[in-house]
Amino acid sequence: MEPIISVKSLSKRYRVGGGGQNYGSLRESLTSSLKAPLRLLKSRRGNSSSEGKSHFWALNNVGFEVERGEVLGLIGSNGAGKSTLLKVLSRITRPTAGRVELYGRVRSLLEVGTGFHPELSGRENVFLNGAILGMRRGETARKFDEIVAFAEVEKFIDSPVKHYSSGMYVRLAFAVAAYLEPEILLVDEVLAVGDARFWHKSTERMRELNRQGATIVLVTHNMFLIQTIASRALWLRGGEIAGYGPPLDVIGLYRQASEKSEPTARLFADKNPVRIIDTEMFLESSRTPANEALPDSSIRVVCGVDCVPGRFIFLVRAASPDGLTYFTIYSDPMEFSRSGRVKVEATIPRLMLMPGEYRMWIAVCSGLGEAETLANDNLPLKVGSSRGTEASFNLMWNEATWRVSKPK
Amino acid sequence: MNSVKRLSELTDENGLDLPYVSGDRSLDGIRDDVLPRATGRPPVLVIENDRWAGLDLFDLWTHRELFYFLAWRDIKVRYKQTALGASWAILQPLISMIVFTVLFGRLARVPSEGQPYAIFSYAGLLPWNFFTAAVTTSSNSLVSSSNLITKVYFPRILVPTAAVSAALVDIAIASTMLFAIMPIYGVRFQASLIMLIPLIGLTALTASALGIWTAALNVKYRDIRYALPFVIQILMFLTPVIYPISFLPPRWRWVLRLNPLSGIIEGFRDAVFGFPFNWNGLAISVLVTLVLLLAAVFIFSHMEEEFADII
Repeated sequence: MEPIISVKSLSKRYRVGGGGQNYGSLRESLTSSLKAPLRLLKSRRGNSSSEGKSHFWALNNVGFEVERGEVLGLIGSNGAGKSTLLKVLSRITRPTAGRVELYGRVRSLLEVGTGFHPELSGRENVFLNGAILGMRRGETARKFDEIVAFAEVEKFIDSPVKHYSSGMYVRLAFAVAAYLEPEILLVDEVLAVGDARFWHKSTERMRELNRQGATIVLVTHNMFLIQTIASRALWLRGGEIAGYGPPLDVIGLYRQASEKSEPTARLFADKNPVRIIDTEMFLESSRTPANEALPDSSIRVVCGVDCVPGRFIFLVRAASPDGLTYFTIYSDPMEFSRSGRVKVEATIPRLMLMPGEYRMWIAVCSGLGEAETLANDNLPLKVGSSRGTEASFNLMWNEATWRVSKPK
Repeated sequence: MNSVKRLSELTDENGLDLPYVSGDRSLDGIRDDVLPRATGRPPVLVIENDRWAGLDLFDLWTHRELFYFLAWRDIKVRYKQTALGASWAILQPLISMIVFTVLFGRLARVPSEGQPYAIFSYAGLLPWNFFTAAVTTSSNSLVSSSNLITKVYFPRILVPTAAVSAALVDIAIASTMLFAIMPIYGVRFQASLIMLIPLIGLTALTASALGIWTAALNVKYRDIRYALPFVIQILMFLTPVIYPISFLPPRWRWVLRLNPLSGIIEGFRDAVFGFPFNWNGLAISVLVTLVLLLAAVFIFSHMEEEFADII
């Protein structure tokens, strides 16, 4: 395979506030800009820039390659250099040393709605934002109807976006970005905004772009997303590469190391010792895994979990593929006194879902509940038709026992 | 082999023997042994810390549509939520003209080369107001576009220059007012008026030079925001807006000539009144403007790399 991004010995140094050149006066600046040609000559002769405490390396000798069609997930705690790397790759900021070679057209999406102007109408903002993201005017015009339909703002497309609800605003902003056709797409946490449906829509769009051949570099704290979308993960720590390889392995290392170095004061996800090893679903009392069921089926969701001593709550949830939750069932808090593999089994006596596509989720949470989800996994579930499912406008399936008798 | 290792090379059979930390801090650039060479195809883009980047004209050309959109946005937004809208472009020079005519024309009896002082001052205010509006919006343009600069790549110089272009709309509107008041004062329309077009272009270049420079400085030193209005005020007296160059004693006129706006404003008046043009004066203005513009672009392209980091 040929690389599409090749990063060699890349470093980026930042000045830290105070003492730096940043806080000079206008007088200094006037003289320094007059001296600029001289300084330039000086810096050609020898590197005179002072190196002291007032600098730090946001990226330090980072090198890697991304092959065409790959999805690279960048992970690491806050301040590890992920966003800096993305900013260097998208040419927003210049590296201090090193070299990046890009063999394709780059589009970066570090934020949705960059350059949206509140006074301009939705239509005008689509064109403006398109131009900012690097789309030709003709390209935007061609895709305009699709963009508006995707954003579901047809009725308001000619009113100023300052009158939009925040949901409409984000949808429109994302829609423009969704119709970019990059060869290389750089994405930074933009998926963190919006509701579950938006999240789903944006991840689906990324998968689609990747299927069409786009190479994606993605920064996110969502390990689940990295696991499902990335073909490789890169772990940055203190501006250096700490791990690179298959997503599952790198995430495992990252979690383990984070726990070792700083057991406290970290996001729960960072020191998370709990892992779901595998998940399977069984119909009734069958012993072979299945992912098809009927509305009145009884199913068992079984997973192996690597656990540590502590108090945990398990949950099982049925949701539509776009994130709409049908039900969530929580276990009582359970205490574990020893580390090791446990088998968690949730039996749902009657599914009660209408025919359609679903995802069954299983998750391990801390004693605090779902807000601290330590690990999760999901399986596709297809519910087929059976008696009593003809009324497709129903949300839920149920059954009754009928009896007709004469009044006394 | 320090920069990149596959995980499989770094871990023991359990895959948990890391973290691997790159220990080599040397920044000696590219080492061929680190990575396999890319195939023969040249990269679309190379990113390096190249201090001699300068102005990439090809890059500017590929972003020409963005320039158009930024200018278009500035024009669209300019008079949004104002009651008088674009009439402001006429009101500003018109009211200044009335005040100046009364103060300087009537009371102070400032000479106006034998022409009606109202037209004389309006012909000076036209480029002057355009210049100040363009420089002011241009110098604030980068700072007010910080959200763009920290999130998207594009040649940064498009922002201050687009701001100058947007101000062109104002001078176009204000010029129609000039044509409306000329007959009132009995000034005839002459072919020399066509010279206004290249003169406006030259004013735009002068404004760009100052705008590009102050916009870049403003990113780093917000002093500009306070200094600039003051400097512009002083500059007005060092520019023949309310008086003709001949107002000064001959041995001091060369100082005024160094101000590129002197030649431009003089040219505006020659065009309006149909006087012969002072080509030497114009040549000096063009020369000074080009020097300023080159210097501004040079300074800008050397400060540009820092914008995203310090804005």
